[in-house]
Amino acid sequence: MNSLLASADPLFSHGMTGVVILIVIIKVLVGFGALMGSVILMIWFERKAISDMQSRIGPQRWGPFGLLQTLADGIKLFFKEDLIPAEADRFVFKLAPYLVLVPALITFSIVPVGGTLNIGGHQVMLQIANPPMGILLMLAMSGISVYGVMLAGWSSGSKYPLLSSVRASAQMISYEAALGMTIVTVILATGSLTTHSIVTSQAHGIWHWNVIRLGIVPFVVFLISITAELNRPPFDVVEAESELVGGFHTEYSSLRFALFFLAEFMNTITMSAIMVTLFFGGPAGWIPPVPHFKWVFPIIWFLAKTTAFAFSYIWFRAALPRFRYDQLMDLGWKRLIPLSLGWMLIVAGFVVSMSWGLIMIATVLISYTLLERSFALGQSRGKDGEAILPTVGQRPLPGFALRDFTDGDANE
Amino acid sequence: MLALSYAVPSILIFITAALLTLVGAFGVLVMKNPVHSALSLIMTLFGVAVAFIAQSADFLAAVQIIVYAGAIVVLFLFVIMFLGVDRNDTVRVDPLVGQRVFAGAGVVITVGGLIALMARAHWVTGAMSVSTGGVALAPGSGNVQQLGTAVFTTYIFAFEATAALLIIAVVGAVLLARRERTSDESES
Repeated sequence: MNSLLASADPLFSHGMTGVVILIVIIKVLVGFGALMGSVILMIWFERKAISDMQSRIGPQRWGPFGLLQTLADGIKLFFKEDLIPAEADRFVFKLAPYLVLVPALITFSIVPVGGTLNIGGHQVMLQIANPPMGILLMLAMSGISVYGVMLAGWSSGSKYPLLSSVRASAQMISYEAALGMTIVTVILATGSLTTHSIVTSQAHGIWHWNVIRLGIVPFVVFLISITAELNRPPFDVVEAESELVGGFHTEYSSLRFALFFLAEFMNTITMSAIMVTLFFGGPAGWIPPVPHFKWVFPIIWFLAKTTAFAFSYIWFRAALPRFRYDQLMDLGWKRLIPLSLGWMLIVAGFVVSMSWGLIMIATVLISYTLLERSFALGQSRGKDGEAILPTVGQRPLPGFALRDFTDGDANE
Repeated sequence: MLALSYAVPSILIFITAALLTLVGAFGVLVMKNPVHSALSLIMTLFGVAVAFIAQSADFLAAVQIIVYAGAIVVLFLFVIMFLGVDRNDTVRVDPLVGQRVFAGAGVVITVGGLIALMARAHWVTGAMSVSTGGVALAPGSGNVQQLGTAVFTTYIFAFEATAALLIIAVVGAVLLARRERTSDESES
């Protein structure tokens, strides 16, 4: 057990002494506090930036520049009535917010925030944990957070949240495939799963960052699919106000509603950080020759890069219109998954040798041509009306929730 | 004799994992609501993942969560919600008459067989680990390489056959579910 831990984190190489356990506890507490603090700042930042882009003033009353607005909102939500609908499945209804929140917290634990510190002879990595499964933990946790959204909608016992959760599960599962494939390209280039070695392999200058080393494509695919995974605009069909009231958390109120929002913003920050880790070298960057304070600059670089991505999410929300649900699915299955799969094969080929890389490019190009042909075939068949594909099963929507709602033609 | 060769934390981890797995498995059987059954199944999968980690098979644990908990049970839930079978109308009459006797006999035979195997040999299948032919998994991310080598060299035919089987199943399901009809008899 000890050798297993030490293989990933040098902190445990001298056994589990009291000091080591204390360091771990401090790391966890500091990480938790920093994440919570940044969530509060992020909510303020989002509201302020959006209002600037929309020529509004935004929050300004509480604290300087309205910085304490989030705290005020939190206190307000805390004192509101906690309502559980009569039709709700009580246990699952209470469980669901935590299923969104806890994965968001756990994912942040593998993000390397800075370099390695030497505290009293102990090598302390500035990341909460560096498990051997590394970046796969992020995939696993994003898989778990699907349940939160899904069960929240289902357990509300109400039709719009149910529709929203069905949408959410389909969307998140679809985009997880593309997400996993782009992560595999990063792992191929690094040769290791741990976030620490992913970051150290990019530490030798900007040309070693994965965004350039792997070609820009994996990064673009990752950015799009992580936005869809987060249910953020322009992929927020899950909480499309004009169609679904409020989405999966329509029936939630008070503290449980606050938990959903906390988790959403926490996920946004965490995924920005993961993106920086995977493609932009994490804490890598120029370090000025200042004695004793060299360890501060990686943290500043990391924060700057993460803030840039957090801002880009806000920008997306202000600038882009929402996708239609079928467009979203088309983009995921017909574009992103083939693209990321092909790119992964090409990267794998070049990892082996130059000639295999060229062979892989040829193979991928041929299969893309075939794929395009089959898409065109499917499109033209749908249009000329000769062969209409009937819907599968009786009715594609659950009868009990949509009793009065779907009596029209399901194909329209 | 067995207990001496393990440290106390390992035993505690094993007991936790086993409890998670067993309680989850019973939950799947006992729960009336299919959604609750699916949730219990997730608990079982987590228990198995913990057991994997305790045996330093980190990669398998992660894959267990990503594939089974993250995708397959989500699909179960998706179908349960989509087709609206989550109402509490449990089956009162057995669809197969007298199946309970045979099910009970099956359970007794399986458990008895397992206990007999465990009593005769230390490992149920006779091998320490399937992937590496008796060599224990290396700690850390090294076992990804071991697994990859095993899957793509020794067991390449089994692996590719499984892949082909899955593709055939998907294509078959699509073919069966989506028969083409002409436009005048499209909707019932």
